[in-house]
Amino acid sequence: MSLEILLFIVFSLISVISAILMITRSNAVISALYLILNFAGLAGLYLLLNAQFIAVTQVIVYAGAIMVLFLFVIMLLKPEHEKKFLEAKPKLKIFAVAIAAIIFLQLIYLLFFSKPSESLSPEMTKSIDSGTIEAIGKQLYTNYLLPFEAAGFLLLAATVGALILAKKKIE
Amino acid sequence: MSLIEILIITLIKILIILTLTLLTVSYLVYFERKISAWAQNRLGPNRVGWEGILQPFADVFKLLLKEDIVPNKANKVIHSLAPMVALFVAFTTYAVIPIGPNVQIFGYDISLVVADINIGILYVLALTSLGVYAITFAGWSSGSKYSLLGGIRSSAQMISYEISMGFSIAGVLLLSESLRPIAIVESQAGWMWNAVVQPIGFITFFVSAFAETNRLPFDLPEAEPELVGGFHTEYSSMKFAGFFLAEYANMIIASALITTLYLGGWQIPYIEKLGLADWLVTVFQVGSFFIKVGMLLFFFIWIRWSIPRFRYDQLMNIGWKVMFPLSLINLVWVAVLIMIFN
Amino acid sequence: MIIEYIPIFVVLIVAIGFAVATVLSSGIFGPQRPNSEKLSTYESGMTPVGSTNERVSVKYYLVAMLFIIFDIEVIFVYPWAVQFQNLFGEIGISAFISMFIFLVVLELGYLYVYKKGGFKWD
Repeated sequence: MSLEILLFIVFSLISVISAILMITRSNAVISALYLILNFAGLAGLYLLLNAQFIAVTQVIVYAGAIMVLFLFVIMLLKPEHEKKFLEAKPKLKIFAVAIAAIIFLQLIYLLFFSKPSESLSPEMTKSIDSGTIEAIGKQLYTNYLLPFEAAGFLLLAATVGALILAKKKIE
Repeated sequence: MSLIEILIITLIKILIILTLTLLTVSYLVYFERKISAWAQNRLGPNRVGWEGILQPFADVFKLLLKEDIVPNKANKVIHSLAPMVALFVAFTTYAVIPIGPNVQIFGYDISLVVADINIGILYVLALTSLGVYAITFAGWSSGSKYSLLGGIRSSAQMISYEISMGFSIAGVLLLSESLRPIAIVESQAGWMWNAVVQPIGFITFFVSAFAETNRLPFDLPEAEPELVGGFHTEYSSMKFAGFFLAEYANMIIASALITTLYLGGWQIPYIEKLGLADWLVTVFQVGSFFIKVGMLLFFFIWIRWSIPRFRYDQLMNIGWKVMFPLSLINLVWVAVLIMIFN
Repeated sequence: MIIEYIPIFVVLIVAIGFAVATVLSSGIFGPQRPNSEKLSTYESGMTPVGSTNERVSVKYYLVAMLFIIFDIEVIFVYPWAVQFQNLFGEIGISAFISMFIFLVVLELGYLYVYKKGGFKWD
């Protein structure tokens, strides 16, 4: 068994088990903890795919920034209120189940009924070179400049949105 | 090199650095107490051994033999997990910091860094961003008002200063063209230290490092008059020791990072012109790395006993309204420098 | 490629072992004599009052949200910073201008939050 396969098994076990534990825990903080572990496992999988920059971004942005906000909300907004909220509106539960079912069907379709892409471009086969931060920088600021600037405006909208959400409470 | 050889060499390196860090932490605490005593015209620890030289070991044994109290309002699992996270983050970051140039031992070409990886500096940032959890968990799980307030204040402080830290590092990357710490050190040859080229970035990174390590004047999480012990109010025994150990280990790592990023790492300007033997040059270079780190550590302690604590609103103002714009200005400044001199 | 990261995995495993051993060692060596006074919440010797179930200021959430946004901004700056000298050699000043526009757009958001008092703590 090669090293890559062994590491793949370890990382995928971490991701799958932590994902299952995350949705079955009753304490929301423990769930969040397993979600962080899941992100770490995913980062390992990205690393095995030679996507080093994506791997470390996964940890910095998801595990390090977004989960901090999640934890702030869980710890300080008292999720017990949410329980009452769900009991008062049973339709929300049906809605949630429906969305989960659609996503599950999509995954099944992708796994069993779709063919792997045959048009592998020469650049894609050189994935070892294209996963480095240097390669991403070269592509992002020449060929993909427009999406990059658009992302800037998206973040601007998010900044304004965040302030307006919070501002109602400050005043 | 085969896999087995890599594993053995790595384990030896880890063992050396771990021992070195633990010894430095013990004596850092001792020197902090001695220096604070000098600053306040006292004697400091002088009972255990000659001039109190064995004091750190006495402290460790005292903490080891104390009762581990978990308050009954606490969430037991997360209460134990928090110091583990703090220790984990503090004892993994050193892996990418180079302490010297490559050396030849027994025919192997060995780099004086545990892991020379392509994303080196981002690895440090990723771990730093996980360090917030130690404090958040500790504050929330203790079931105490002081802990909760200290924990939430501290996590807001740490995430605020992470931004300016990130932008300061981007200024360094502009010049090094690589995330490898070894390449960053080599890009500062001669007197081209980043502290000289981009003084604003140096200052913003330095201040952010103080805030990230929760040292005075940024030690709001444990401001004694208002929050008792802050996030570690409810911790005792080795769990408290874990936080304590992590704080001092973080200080060492912050100093080593400042040295690597801004003070030329192991480099001594123009040492190669002296015509010394190769091994002697290497010894001097490794020595210079440790001297730089030692001076920064002294500076950390010096600041602690010279400057009073900031108020919380002042602290957040400095983070968002001063450090953040300054680190952006630094980024543009370095880019303009490159465009002028290229 | 992955062989480069083997030392990192070793460091992570050793650190987990070290952290767990340190925290658990107090349970082995220390005494265990709990009583209800000892296990109550510490409040400077007074009987604990109130609960920890109080909500905190919305400003902490604002800081966490702004942190996510600016953290993503920093992540976008790194690939540019690493490639800037090459890009400048190839496409000249537009390598600088493209990032400058991105930063200016985001700093508009920063200025908006600043003017609206989002960074005000009192």
